[in-house]
Amino acid sequence: MLVLTRKTGETIQIGNHIEVTILSVQGDQIKLGINAPKDIEIHRKEIYLSIQESNNEAASVSNNVLDQLKINRLNL
Amino acid sequence: MEINTKYHGILNVEETDFIHFEHGIPGFVDEKEFIFLPMDAESPFYIMQSKQTSELGFIVTNPFYFFKEYEFDLPKRDKEVLKINNEEDIQLFTILSVKEPFSETTANLKAPIIVNHKSKLAKQVILNETPYTTKHKILQKAAHK
Repeated sequence: MLVLTRKTGETIQIGNHIEVTILSVQGDQIKLGINAPKDIEIHRKEIYLSIQESNNEAASVSNNVLDQLKINRLNL
Repeated sequence: MEINTKYHGILNVEETDFIHFEHGIPGFVDEKEFIFLPMDAESPFYIMQSKQTSELGFIVTNPFYFFKEYEFDLPKRDKEVLKINNEEDIQLFTILSVKEPFSETTANLKAPIIVNHKSKLAKQVILNETPYTTKHKILQKAAHK
């Protein structure tokens, strides 16, 4: 991992189109400002992982589930 | 064209019925083409079937069917990426984790699927400032309708 030291208000440039600026530091909380093209997805890592996990769970549903849904449709 | 599907077997579909996910979805970033197949005529459920992987099909539904008061602001970035000019072109889905028994089934309201039928573009949008989570029981809510 590349490690850089920056001060509040300073920026790092990633490639030609991405900038990350340190906006403020308070205790162990750091506020970052990110400029990136709109097709670049930016997420808090733990949230992205929770979506990944949820999608994996949803995809691993067994095949007999269709019948279950047909039965349950009547009770909705 | 013919495709092999997870739940419906071999189906004859139109090439133009596929929706493009530019970056796939989290966990399935290489899956870029899906088709939405109604479970059957009266069902609120659809299968979001991958074009390239026949075993990959998500069960999805219109979130408002189970969560009448569901709401969020679609970020401007996403509107641009999906080329949304008219709200009427959009369809909204939520991915379900179907459980046994069915009453344990949950909906991921934190990351809805937005489909723009006009541009044929879609995306699983991750909502940041939202009270919703990835696991809302659908039947519990339905009882309060």
